[in-house]
Amino acid sequence: MPDFKGQGANPAMLDAVNDKNMVFKTDAITKQYGMGDLTVHALRGVTLEVPRGELVVLLGPSGSGKSTFLNIIGGLDQPTSGDVHFEGHALADMTDRELTYFRREHVGFVFQSYNLVPSLTALENVELITDIAENPMPAKEALEIVKLKDRLNHFPSQLSGGEQQRVAIARAIAKRPEVMLCDEPTGALDSETGILVLEALQNVNHTYGTTTIIITHNAAIANVADRVIYFADGQVAKVVKNDHPKDIHEIGW
Amino acid sequence: MRQVITAMNRKLLRDLWNIKGQLVAIIFVMASGIMSFVLSFGVIDSLELGRDVYYDRYEFADVWASAKRVPEGVKEQIAEINGVAQIETRVTFGATVQVEGMDVPASGRILSYPDEREPLLDKLYLKSGRLLNPDEEDAILASEAFVVAHGFTLGDHIDMVINGKKRSLKIVGIALSPEYVYSLGPGALFPDDKRFGVFWMSRRALEAAVNMDGAFNNVALRLSRDANVEEVKAELDRILKQYGGLISFDRSEQMSNWYVENELTQLKTTGTITPIIFLCVAAFLVNVVMTRQVATQRVQIGMLKAVGYSNAELAAHYLKMVMVVVVIGSLLGLAGGVWLGSGLLNIYSQFFRFPYLHYTYSVDIMILSVGFCAAAATAGTWIAMKQAADLPPAEAMRPEAPTEFKETILERLDIDKFFSFLSRIVLRQLERRPIRAFFSAIGVGFALAILVFANSMTDSMNYMMDVQYNIGNRETILLGFVEPRAISALEEIRLMPGVMKVEPLRDIPVLLKHGHLSKRTGISGIRPDPDLHRVLDQSLKPVDVSGGGLVMSRKLAELLGAKVGDMIDVDVLEERRPQLSLPIAAVYDEFVGIGAYMDIDRLNSLLNEGPVVTGAALMTDPNWNGPLYQNIKDVPAIISMAIMVRMREIFEQMMDENMMRMMAVYIIFAGVIAFGVIYNTARIAFSERSRELAALRVLGLTKGEVAYILFGELGFVVMVAIPMGLLIGYGLCAGMVASLDTELFRMPLYIKNDTYAYAVIVVLISALISFYLVWRQVDKIDLVAAQKGVE
Repeated sequence: MPDFKGQGANPAMLDAVNDKNMVFKTDAITKQYGMGDLTVHALRGVTLEVPRGELVVLLGPSGSGKSTFLNIIGGLDQPTSGDVHFEGHALADMTDRELTYFRREHVGFVFQSYNLVPSLTALENVELITDIAENPMPAKEALEIVKLKDRLNHFPSQLSGGEQQRVAIARAIAKRPEVMLCDEPTGALDSETGILVLEALQNVNHTYGTTTIIITHNAAIANVADRVIYFADGQVAKVVKNDHPKDIHEIGW
Repeated sequence: MRQVITAMNRKLLRDLWNIKGQLVAIIFVMASGIMSFVLSFGVIDSLELGRDVYYDRYEFADVWASAKRVPEGVKEQIAEINGVAQIETRVTFGATVQVEGMDVPASGRILSYPDEREPLLDKLYLKSGRLLNPDEEDAILASEAFVVAHGFTLGDHIDMVINGKKRSLKIVGIALSPEYVYSLGPGALFPDDKRFGVFWMSRRALEAAVNMDGAFNNVALRLSRDANVEEVKAELDRILKQYGGLISFDRSEQMSNWYVENELTQLKTTGTITPIIFLCVAAFLVNVVMTRQVATQRVQIGMLKAVGYSNAELAAHYLKMVMVVVVIGSLLGLAGGVWLGSGLLNIYSQFFRFPYLHYTYSVDIMILSVGFCAAAATAGTWIAMKQAADLPPAEAMRPEAPTEFKETILERLDIDKFFSFLSRIVLRQLERRPIRAFFSAIGVGFALAILVFANSMTDSMNYMMDVQYNIGNRETILLGFVEPRAISALEEIRLMPGVMKVEPLRDIPVLLKHGHLSKRTGISGIRPDPDLHRVLDQSLKPVDVSGGGLVMSRKLAELLGAKVGDMIDVDVLEERRPQLSLPIAAVYDEFVGIGAYMDIDRLNSLLNEGPVVTGAALMTDPNWNGPLYQNIKDVPAIISMAIMVRMREIFEQMMDENMMRMMAVYIIFAGVIAFGVIYNTARIAFSERSRELAALRVLGLTKGEVAYILFGELGFVVMVAIPMGLLIGYGLCAGMVASLDTELFRMPLYIKNDTYAYAVIVVLISALISFYLVWRQVDKIDLVAAQKGVE
């Protein structure tokens, strides 16, 4: 088993960025599931910083801890040890109510399996969020951004996978979040559809400056990122900064 | 952009619409529970209120006594007894009623009606016609039951033999009396409205007809609130003794009231226990169903939490879902309960002849039943919601993790090779989700149990009557004599047409006393080895009376607080009123009445009399009924004739009119609940497994094979549920039978195989229909959509 400890004991040090510009800071977070012999060490001490406004790609094999990391910084899961700070606030100190508020107002999630409510139309799925967020954009506008304004009244079962995922993105951006957390948003899609989805994400990142973190298996996607974080065996293997991210249409799939 | 109908509420409405079939089923289950509760308590409350109002407004007396002939002047003496508030003296006489076209003799009781005033006690409610004019000689008021039974109308004449003289009397009014809500003829066990009627005649006219001028032979008393009933009765007995007075009695021993109380107790028992069981079962089922319904939304709950919905908002969302069920179910249940209840009460009004019977319902009962169901449904939803919401959203959103692999019992026993691949899938499913399977089975089991329960009451009742009238008593006719006769009188009867066998009976009215407890009943002297009039215990063995002591029903012993070997003081309530002391030789379990028996010869000798009888049990040839009845009618010494077939008919009718009406309603509810539960179990099993079943279809399994997996699991649940339900049903019946314990009768625990079979068939048919409805869903599985990850 490769040991990455020596290579990047503190990856955040790789480039000196001012603290105030950091959306997320994590300090040695670990995560264990299960008990005894069956204990799974999903994260083995991840220390990272994510600068504001960047499009960050997390790369790594299955089981390397990417999803666990994303869930923890998104407030969906608790670390076993270590700290997570969002804009200077420790998530660990937040009450359940504050965590809910954090997710409602600041985080936009996009899941691999879309997770739309099947009994609601595209528009209504977005309205699920605009109904509760404090300063949302109109649901229709969110769907326009992802180029679905002519599919407003379709139910998920009447939409293709790519369209469903774009509804999910519209749902995530409608609250005008600080960060977008996307767990393999193109994992279930073919390349053309995947490009449409990534285009929508890149578009949001560029237009609104929303910090966007995308998990993917597809190394080619790394070319569009400002920063690529490689995960392996529950740890950060390396962080590569990309000074000249490409446009989504320029990459091979 | 806030909208009137939020997206969440639209989701709620569409989700509800999607499971409308199941919702309707749950709503009906819940409504059935509430309905049976509201209707039973409503009917009972109304009947009790009807009785109270009747007794109160029509001055139902507190104490009564009869004597041979008491000079009217003694009334003052009675009025002075400490605690007597009101007194009414009456003349009353037995009569033979001759109704044209009726082959069996009928009898009547005539009571005097005061001239120039209303009765002070036991007033009459005039149903139609008019009251009597003073000194009106040939006019009578007739009891409604008798009039209805014979189809008489006002103005009709009835022929009666009063004190040996035949009179033709005109019915001028039809009346009800609180004293004769039920009217029992001499020697009758049950009211027979055709063969016994009550009539009222002008006091002076009746006095003249029976030579009672200036005297009375019956007195009714109203006591003051603080009166000591026992002391008043003792004093009254003391005063009347020299006038041939019989022991006085209070309301608890008044025949009509005794029946009313017994009937109400019986109705209360079935009408309380059954709806409580139904309501609990309904609540449990609603709980299970709602729990599983919400559990199927686990992934959505995870997502909603992830995007920022708080636990409180989610709880509110799912509680709204329950509220839809609770509100519709409650309204339906309450409305149905009131509607059915007033209908049922209408039927009872022909049985309990109370003049005022209005359906009343108590708000408490409604709130209680609705609250109970609502709480159960809410708790189920809450628990399921909490389970999903307590998971970190990331985990809730993942499809449930594959359960830890373990060898199933098949593999451990190494018998898996005997099962097909599909069967093994089914068995593994079951073994890995034993709790879910268990709850499904319990739900179906309870549904089956209440079906058994509702039907078993009829079984027990029929069995009880069989034992009483076919197996035990083999006589066809029971005769009663006006007064004790020498046993040689039986020879005359033996010679009557169609008589095949005659057995002597010596009945004496007694007051049994043990310590401070006493009970008025009768002792029957029978042969030690009777062929006809046999006393059976509950295991159908003839009770042996040869021992010399008293053999009494367990219920009677209980009422006296006595056990075998105890000495009982026996006050004989006949002519010379001897007092005896007899040991209890044996106690047996009897279904009907509170009888006591002893050897007829021993009884004769204790009473210092020769071989004397007061009645006879006859075995007759039904082909000779006509001539026989005619013969019997012509013997003045015979005062009563009980025809066993008729007795059974009346008893059956009584049960049918009373308890069984309610049971019939319960049987329908039980069916609704059974179907509702099974349908829901099947639907939920399908929605829980639809994704997996679609995957199997994609892998190449046929629809039939997929259905086998789904229905194999459900089928297994039903198969487990059947024995469980039969056992629970048996338990419920046993509980009910144990608590149905009145002086009138005790219920045997007897469930016919038909009843079990009926319950099982209803469950199986419900299962088949449910399977068919779900099969149509399997048929519609959209393979492509399923794989796209759309639920």
